[in-house]
Amino acid sequence: MSDKILTKDSAASFLAGLGGERDLFAPALAEGKLAWAPLEPGREPLWEFSNTQMSPKEFFFPQTECMMRFTNQQDGEQGMIMRPEPELARERVLVNMRPCDAKAFGVLDLIFCQDEVTDDPYWRDKREKSLIIALACNDPCPTCFCTSMNCGPHSEAGADVLLTDLGGKLLVRGVTDKGEAAIAELPEAVPEDIAAAASAKEKAEAAITTSVEMDQVKAREVMELYEAPHWDQVQESCLNCGTCTFCCPTCHCFDIQDETQGAAGRRVRNWDYCMSWLFTQHGSGHNPRGAKKDRVRQRFMHKFKYIPVKRGGEIGCVGCGRCVQLCPVNIDVREVVRNMNA
Amino acid sequence: MDNQALTQGIREAASRLLAEGTVDCVLGYQAGTVPMRERPFFAYNPEEAQRLIWSGFCCNNLADFLIRRPAGEIGKVAVVAQGCVSRSIVGLIKEHQLTREQVHVIGVASPGMLDRDKVQALVGPDKVITAAAEEGDELVVEGPGFNQRIARNKVMRDNCYTCVQRNPVIFDELIGGESEPTHGGVIDKVAAPWERLDPAGRLAAFAENYQDCIRCYACRDACPLCYCHVCFVDESSPQWCGKTQDESDVLTYHILRAFHCAGRCVDCGACESACPQGIKVRRLTSKIEKDVREFYAYAPGLELESVPPLSMHRPDDPQGFIK
Repeated sequence: MSDKILTKDSAASFLAGLGGERDLFAPALAEGKLAWAPLEPGREPLWEFSNTQMSPKEFFFPQTECMMRFTNQQDGEQGMIMRPEPELARERVLVNMRPCDAKAFGVLDLIFCQDEVTDDPYWRDKREKSLIIALACNDPCPTCFCTSMNCGPHSEAGADVLLTDLGGKLLVRGVTDKGEAAIAELPEAVPEDIAAAASAKEKAEAAITTSVEMDQVKAREVMELYEAPHWDQVQESCLNCGTCTFCCPTCHCFDIQDETQGAAGRRVRNWDYCMSWLFTQHGSGHNPRGAKKDRVRQRFMHKFKYIPVKRGGEIGCVGCGRCVQLCPVNIDVREVVRNMNA
Repeated sequence: MDNQALTQGIREAASRLLAEGTVDCVLGYQAGTVPMRERPFFAYNPEEAQRLIWSGFCCNNLADFLIRRPAGEIGKVAVVAQGCVSRSIVGLIKEHQLTREQVHVIGVASPGMLDRDKVQALVGPDKVITAAAEEGDELVVEGPGFNQRIARNKVMRDNCYTCVQRNPVIFDELIGGESEPTHGGVIDKVAAPWERLDPAGRLAAFAENYQDCIRCYACRDACPLCYCHVCFVDESSPQWCGKTQDESDVLTYHILRAFHCAGRCVDCGACESACPQGIKVRRLTSKIEKDVREFYAYAPGLELESVPPLSMHRPDDPQGFIK
């Protein structure tokens, strides 16, 4: 781990240098909305922003992704021919990702790439071809609760490089080997810069105004949490729409479909969401999560109990607060977890 | 009457109805945990009724929840209803989803509901708003380093400018009295912004309008018209509609949903308030409702008696659109 320094004046040319064979992306403001967009080499990215409205998971897990194409000539000589989709053609640099989002992808690595058998080539390909340059949050939002979720405004997990805004310059920390290689040419930071970044971190962590305790959620058995009475209230106003799931950086469920026209077709996977009754509808007609309450409970149990149990204590939430801001009926995940923990 | 007085009136009515046992539940709004986002709330006893509130950010259409409760669970429910919500209730009664006796309407005249996206855009797209409170005709918005007064009239939801019925059309009691019946805007002037375009231009405008759609179906799920047991996009054996983000799939969803609402949409704006992407969902429905007004001289939900035009056939129905 090394600490380098980069002035904002020279950031654009530094990033352009990283570009070259790679495509650059960064959060940008367009028509009143903060969204990820291509960053033209030589242009300076946005340094002051809260976070993009949608998470950047689309870079690794597109909402619609073709997995392969096929031609079915079962009666002919060729039979069924399956052709893989081309891999990502160019590497990418994702500039100024917020630490919560970077952390989320670290959590998702544990799910998409578990072992030799469960190793998602689509996820892996895009992860390996991306360099993540995170930008620490100095001004967290009132809906942020990352410090309660194994994360924080200056968290390094999941990032290759972490930038800390020190005013006219940035402290540049190499987190992974890939990150170290990318920043090797930058000048070393002096101890004052490192101290300034540490104090910015402390200040940012103190600025997170909401916290959520997880000790009881951790201690309690699954069934105790599952059968708790508060789910009856939480589910009442839920619309069972996919807003929370789709804006979430860690929600990762999908549906696979074969689309055919004549003999040709493609296999495509699309984001799916556990709030939808169709998500668990069996071919038999039975639905193990047939009631709204079952579905609402599932999302929270998955994030705060099942993932921690199965993935060594990691939580399926990074506290980014997007769902708090966007839920059409204001179901606040912090409140739900407090109820689970009560 | 200000929000505080309306809040008090709603709480008193709700407490009384619950204490008397007139209803099992009062469906109203509770203060949200973030500014500019109140939430639907179900009060089952007089104590819970004290959490009910009224503000310009009560943007959900509560009629939606009358039809989403599991069958058999529903007793008699009281609902806090603005003009448009009462029209939705009328629509549900006409469509036999509800009987008039099952619902006690606590009417509130709408002052025009506020659009949080417009407020956000006005103070700056990336400013953190920590508080927003109405003071008469103004909204006071606060955050780190700013305190701004905005005229209410500048940040209302699009549908509220052209509302034709701010007062509840049916009610069992009315909190705070009636207001001016309309806001003054003329819906026919703005209902169909794509009408003047040629077909290619319309398709382009249509596609552009929905390009940010993530198919979360919040618009459908927030809509009291969308009570189909199985929505066409969820039909799976066989599947009716593609599931991808390809333009054709996204547009199929929106155009079919809009047509399914023809002659039924009361323009409550709940779809736009629910959309996490700020999509102008009404661009389709308001055009269709304009057509229904022109062809059949009908606007939905205004009274209980008439038969909705798309529920009946008359020999002299206009046929001109059949090519």
